Amino acid sequence: MKNIHILILLILIPIKAFALIEVDITRGNLSPLPVAVSSLSIDKISKKNFEKLLKKKNIGSEISIIVENNLKQTGLFNPLNKDAFLQKPNIAHLKPRFEDWALIKAQALITGKVSLVNEKLRVEFRLWDILAGKEIMALAFTTVPTNWRRVGHIITDKVYERLTGEKGYFDTRIIYVAEEGPKTNRVKKLAIMDQDGFNTKYLTLGNELVLTPRFNPTNQMVTYLSYFRNLPRVYLLDIETGIQEVVGDFPGMTFAPRFSPDGKKIIMSFAMDGNSEIYTMDLENRVVEKITNHPSIDTSPSYSPDGKYICFNSDRSGYQQIYVMKSNGTNVKRISFGKGLYGTPVWSPRGDLIAFTKLHKGKFYIGVMRTDGTGERLLTENFYQEAPSWSPNGRVLVFYRETKTNSNGEGFSAKLWSIDLTGYNERQVKTETDASDPSWSSLLSN
Amino acid sequence: MNRSIVISSGFHILLVIITAMSLPFLSKELIDLPPIVSVELIQITDKTNVPFAPKAKKIIEKVKKKEKEKLVSEQAPPKKVKKEKPDAVPLPDKKIEKVEKIENKKQNPEKIDNKVKQVSEFEEKELFDPNNIAALIDKSKEETAESTNKLDKVTQDQDKNLDVVGLSLSEEDALKAQIFGCWSIPLGLPYSENLLVRIKLQLKPDGSVIKSEILDHARMNKPGQKFYKVLAESALRAIKLCSPLRVPTTGYERWKDLQLNFDAREMLEG
Repeated sequence: MKNIHILILLILIPIKAFALIEVDITRGNLSPLPVAVSSLSIDKISKKNFEKLLKKKNIGSEISIIVENNLKQTGLFNPLNKDAFLQKPNIAHLKPRFEDWALIKAQALITGKVSLVNEKLRVEFRLWDILAGKEIMALAFTTVPTNWRRVGHIITDKVYERLTGEKGYFDTRIIYVAEEGPKTNRVKKLAIMDQDGFNTKYLTLGNELVLTPRFNPTNQMVTYLSYFRNLPRVYLLDIETGIQEVVGDFPGMTFAPRFSPDGKKIIMSFAMDGNSEIYTMDLENRVVEKITNHPSIDTSPSYSPDGKYICFNSDRSGYQQIYVMKSNGTNVKRISFGKGLYGTPVWSPRGDLIAFTKLHKGKFYIGVMRTDGTGERLLTENFYQEAPSWSPNGRVLVFYRETKTNSNGEGFSAKLWSIDLTGYNERQVKTETDASDPSWSSLLSN
Repeated sequence: MNRSIVISSGFHILLVIITAMSLPFLSKELIDLPPIVSVELIQITDKTNVPFAPKAKKIIEKVKKKEKEKLVSEQAPPKKVKKEKPDAVPLPDKKIEKVEKIENKKQNPEKIDNKVKQVSEFEEKELFDPNNIAALIDKSKEETAESTNKLDKVTQDQDKNLDVVGLSLSEEDALKAQIFGCWSIPLGLPYSENLLVRIKLQLKPDGSVIKSEILDHARMNKPGQKFYKVLAESALRAIKLCSPLRVPTTGYERWKDLQLNFDAREMLEG
């Protein structure tokens, strides 16, 4: 009994000693994290070989520039000016002098080395935490030399994931409709490019009108709307082979297609006699299923990432609003109740939000709301903009924006823009031509 | 002989195990105490540490005496008590000192103004109305009753423990302001997650950090908690960046161990 008392006493004594002072830090600065991206070091022989192979003077610094631009574009990082760097790339990669990097206020440092090994590009890189004075990540990739841009994107993805805790979105591509010519006589082609605007390829010739291209989950197929022979139909295109086919045998117009999250189905709208309903078609057995059945216009379907729900817009309440239903078409619930018209709902790959276009008092907004319709946030407002598409990590939206035509019929343009969920980081996405209807692929690697 | 050695060593081992196992839990409990009243108030006097003017001291003593003599009624005083003659009294420095002392006794931060008025009035008239004082005491007791109950002994017998507890408001603010500037919150964190990182620091007298320790260290490597690691690292960076911390110049014993709670929720949700 005594012992127990003593024990209890002994347990209690240290409590006092632990009476710590606590200070709550509830604020910080939201300024981007200062990052130093050192040029990747390269030995002389490899440098010469790469110069011959890729016509690039210094592939090491080119790759570091890709990383730098990617990081900058997120708005979460502030890549420091390379002129301020005190250490040479090759030395920094082995063992950076952390004091030197701390001096220029860098909090993270990326170093790397490029070499040509057996005709292949080998890149290793390290991420250093300057303030903690340690390496926090080191990786190496080997690939064909022509893939050097992708290497830059993959490095950014890894760094981004390590420093923010969420997946990156840099090793991705965007498919969009490239537009050229006057507004009255636009030539529209399907185009695909890297997320940063490089490596553009055109997938169609521009003989017929194309709209709303969407990737499948493996990024090898695209479904889109084409006015081939003036019949608007949903088509399927294999990016590698270029083979196209019509989806389903509908006696009328099909439009607004999207893949299901498992890639096995296409969901789309089919319009006949002034009514439009949502249908799915199984790509394996070509079975067509009618999902909605309502005398109003139901369109723009988009699956939730788990495939259990579908969001779409409908004017069954009198105005165009966003609805959510189970993937079999039951349990339809209206989720948008704000003023104005809501359209083009897209379920976030993270599953937590639905992005939409809203038209209110003549202005177009891109916004997000939770999947139950609460927490509506409008991210950007403009004269005309629509068709948001999510980055694979559900943090950034890409959409297109058109400018007004002046009285002379000039000044019209259509460009791709991106905005992140904070609503502050809005940037134009570089494209070779005018562009509309973007769709973001998932991550190409892993 | 053997038996007692066995028993003895048995208990020793048990002790070690209990100490090692239980301390974090116990300390957690303490840490979770509602900090409001104890932290803010008590220390101000201590920190300011200005000697009382003789006159003021007398009055305070008188008040104290009265306080002891009077049996405190449990009823709340009429509200007008605290509102009377608001503009009548100038607030020279000496008087503020007195106020702090009184306030300290009563543990009620919101009352400062009223007390200032009261005390200065007393001073002017060289007498005071005991009923008023009693009423005031009453009032403050009533209002703080709830929070007092929750506090540990430290607050109960504050007079002795004042110097062991917390930082003053201004000290805390200085430290906070410094760290606010150093902490780059990772903006990619998911909302609606538990975004609290608690870090225990061991400090040198000049405020530089000897040791920093993340209290929920286990969480860093749990699957699906990647963001927590990111957040914890950002907090550690902030501490490094801010080192040496802006700590008070005195009372090293008080703050040589310090816990910082980095909470990103407010920033990310708002």
